[in-house]
Amino acid sequence: MPDQTGLELLAQTVGDAVPDSVLRTVHFRGQGTIEVAPGAINDVLQALKGAGFRALSSVHGVDYYPEEPRLGVIYELLDMTALDRVRVKVRVTADEPTVPSVTPLWPTANHQEREVFDMFGVVFDGHPDPRRILMPEDYQGHPQRRDFPIGGEPVLFTKDQDTDYTPKVRA
Amino acid sequence: MSTVDRPAGAPAKSAYRQMEESIDLSTMEQPLTGYGDGASHELLTLNMGPHHPATHGVLRLIVTLDGEIVRDLKPIIGYVHTGIEKTAEQKAYWKAIPVVERMDYLAYFFNSYAFCGAVETLLDCEVPKRAQYLRVIHMELNRIMSHLVWLGTSALDLGAMSMFWYCFREREAILDLFEYSTGQRMHTRYFQVGGVMEDIPAGWAAKVKEFAEKMPTRVDQYGALLNKNEILLQRLRGVCPLGEAELLELGVTGPLLRAAGNPWDLRKAMPYSSYEDFDFQIPVGTTGDNYDRYACRLQELKESSKIILQALEGLPEGPHITGDRKISLPPRHELATSMEALIHHFKLVTEGFRVPEGEAYFPIEGPRGELGCFVRSDGSSKPARVHMRDPSFVNLQATAPMCKDAYIADLIATLAMIDPVLGGIDR
Amino acid sequence: MNTLSGPLAEVSYYEPWWIQIIKAIVIFAVILQVQPIIIVGERKGLGRFQGRYGPNRVGPFGLATPLADIIKLATKEQFRPDSSIGWMFALAPVISCVTAIGAIAIIPFGDTQDIFGTPVGLYGIDVSIGPLFVFAMGAVAFYGIMLGGFSSGSKYSFLGSMRAAAQLISYEVSQGLALVGVVMTAQTLSLTEIVHAQQGMWYIVPQFAGFLIFLTASFAETNRAPFDLVEADAELVGGYFTEYGGTRFTAYLFAEYINMCVVSLICVTVFLGGWLLPFGIHPPGWVDPFIVLGKAGLFIFFFIWVRATLPRLRYDQLMSFGWKILLPLATLNTLVTAIIIVATD
Repeated sequence: MPDQTGLELLAQTVGDAVPDSVLRTVHFRGQGTIEVAPGAINDVLQALKGAGFRALSSVHGVDYYPEEPRLGVIYELLDMTALDRVRVKVRVTADEPTVPSVTPLWPTANHQEREVFDMFGVVFDGHPDPRRILMPEDYQGHPQRRDFPIGGEPVLFTKDQDTDYTPKVRA
Repeated sequence: MSTVDRPAGAPAKSAYRQMEESIDLSTMEQPLTGYGDGASHELLTLNMGPHHPATHGVLRLIVTLDGEIVRDLKPIIGYVHTGIEKTAEQKAYWKAIPVVERMDYLAYFFNSYAFCGAVETLLDCEVPKRAQYLRVIHMELNRIMSHLVWLGTSALDLGAMSMFWYCFREREAILDLFEYSTGQRMHTRYFQVGGVMEDIPAGWAAKVKEFAEKMPTRVDQYGALLNKNEILLQRLRGVCPLGEAELLELGVTGPLLRAAGNPWDLRKAMPYSSYEDFDFQIPVGTTGDNYDRYACRLQELKESSKIILQALEGLPEGPHITGDRKISLPPRHELATSMEALIHHFKLVTEGFRVPEGEAYFPIEGPRGELGCFVRSDGSSKPARVHMRDPSFVNLQATAPMCKDAYIADLIATLAMIDPVLGGIDR
Repeated sequence: MNTLSGPLAEVSYYEPWWIQIIKAIVIFAVILQVQPIIIVGERKGLGRFQGRYGPNRVGPFGLATPLADIIKLATKEQFRPDSSIGWMFALAPVISCVTAIGAIAIIPFGDTQDIFGTPVGLYGIDVSIGPLFVFAMGAVAFYGIMLGGFSSGSKYSFLGSMRAAAQLISYEVSQGLALVGVVMTAQTLSLTEIVHAQQGMWYIVPQFAGFLIFLTASFAETNRAPFDLVEADAELVGGYFTEYGGTRFTAYLFAEYINMCVVSLICVTVFLGGWLLPFGIHPPGWVDPFIVLGKAGLFIFFFIWVRATLPRLRYDQLMSFGWKILLPLATLNTLVTAIIIVATD
């Protein structure tokens, strides 16, 4: 996104297509971000897809702790003909971390949303396979959150499998 | 929930074991409908990996077979998840570089460049032209090296075992070049925020030139061994194709997308690090079958050699790293004479540089596709979030649509052609 | 022309029983001792093909590597999966080994020699059903592979043994038919007689098509690249011997290499004139076995060469190649040979 004006125009287009969806726009170092309401993400991405951003490069989560709402999901969109990128962001709270899944629009979001769920605990509504992807199935907690401590991960060996290694459930 | 009967007298199961056994894995083994009509069809679920010679690491595939034909396939990953993104958040920006390098262990220069590029975007830091060229040379050497590993292992998966050694012979030459210029064969930590660690040593350019001139001949030799081999052609032609539209939906980039006829290459489309200075072509395929994937990558080896030669030819004089003392370490000799340099050195080594608050996504064309690095800074000297959009991770999703109703041997061949690097997938 | 009335070919001399036993032991010992040489040769050869040294640590030039291999394999733990069928699992490698060695019995290494006044044929036994005996042994050997894979109780082994079943049966047909041309030309089934019939011209010249078909089918019969689908390491880990280790694995390994020897020796006997040399050279009789082994060495080198060069076929391609190309060609070869024989008779 070359300049602020272009971003505003794009945000305007999105706002016209999906009323009350755009919360904020940020233009920083030549990269544009449109922050939208979590519930409207599918419609917004649909509108942007119609506006030429046909490829979804990446979906990733961010933890804005201690800001609120702390969890963010970022969609990096790419326009392959106009050679342009725009970032769409939704923010949800840790208490109610639900975002509609965009897998119906882009199947590529499947693994990436699973990763965001795994790492940040954002629940994607309507995801076809909402499981952990990188961490073990029995893992408790979401390790990429900023308040998740590092270190101290117990390693289970058969010789001491009867030791109680139940992971401490963190708030 | 499944339970395992233990013999009487065995110690009671630990809480951990009980929890482990309570995990519901039923979603992994979804029954297939439309197959298995009793007597004539019986489906076989084969657990391929994580310890399997042809899954290129610790990829695990749950394959549903109808005889030799793959009916369904589910990749399971995470066996080498090392939490690199989390680790990078604990380190100062310049200390995070060696950590992110270890993600995709065949594309370490790309990893570090994506990260450095994102940080440079946040810093709004100008990289000297010479550093950009040196980065290009190293990245293209890295691309050749990565493709050589791909070619060798893919050929091995197809049963052509000698190719492996021929490819590794050239790879070894590249690793020697890396050692010469950076001091390390792998995970070199050569790229710095703002440039490269140090200038190339004397005589290195001549050696690289010699190699880059030899490489196209080597590629022709590989081609002579493989392209005219009827068995190989039969194994590759028309096998497991996937159309451009579907690949785009799945987010597949890189040689896989180009093999399907879409000439999308970030080096051309959105040039970075002075790629616009070089004259090179993007090999594209037509049908997107395994042969196109193979041929595209083989041709890319030649194009990369071309870029290297041009970059060496036009290598500009000048500094190898930005002169901004807030970002780059002052030269050694200044430390003895300049108080200011000493302070900068102390600040950089102890705390590191601070990066203005903001978010940046920096995509580059890795050997396997779009390698993007997202960095969020909260204004401190440590990144608040580092995320790698690894192409292998995204491309892996195309395995199931590609391999559906193919033979199990083709599944292996296609997996090799997708070229997943598990270090990058699991991060 | 020989009559095919009895199981043994008509021999014009008497061989006492103890000579038979000594011959059996000598042939068995020699063939067994040849295997390590082939193995180290293959590893060295592959190394050279691939621009590396190959094994060079144990002994001079790494020649003692097979010895180290065998010590290593023999001292491994004998394990078998819980899900396997025990007796079958133990028996299968034995079948493979026994049948492979059994086929050696009829290979002629030389003509009848006069050793200390006793006429001795330099072969285990001269049966009048030569090629049939080899194919019978090959057919039983298939059980070794099939049962081994089946009884392992592993899915990879199971897939490997299924492939083995299909592959060995398919290619045995073409292999057999390829020899029919030779048998018709020589008018005998005895392998020594076939060699004698090649005095004027080796059968590789008139039966060149048959030679190529036989050679191709032999690659499939011995599970060597590019037809090593049975043990396709990229797909099936190890195929039928995925679950085998230690001495049982060694047995399979030996069976594979002995099989390679057998097809090479059959090829030499049937197409390359056995112990005969071209241009009317008649060396003394004791040289004959070395000529045969030397010629077989050429084939073994060819096997190694092909392994270093060619990729592996896919299962369906292997099948369609066997049934749609090789078998019609073999049949055609037989037909053409028959017509020529009848026309020139």
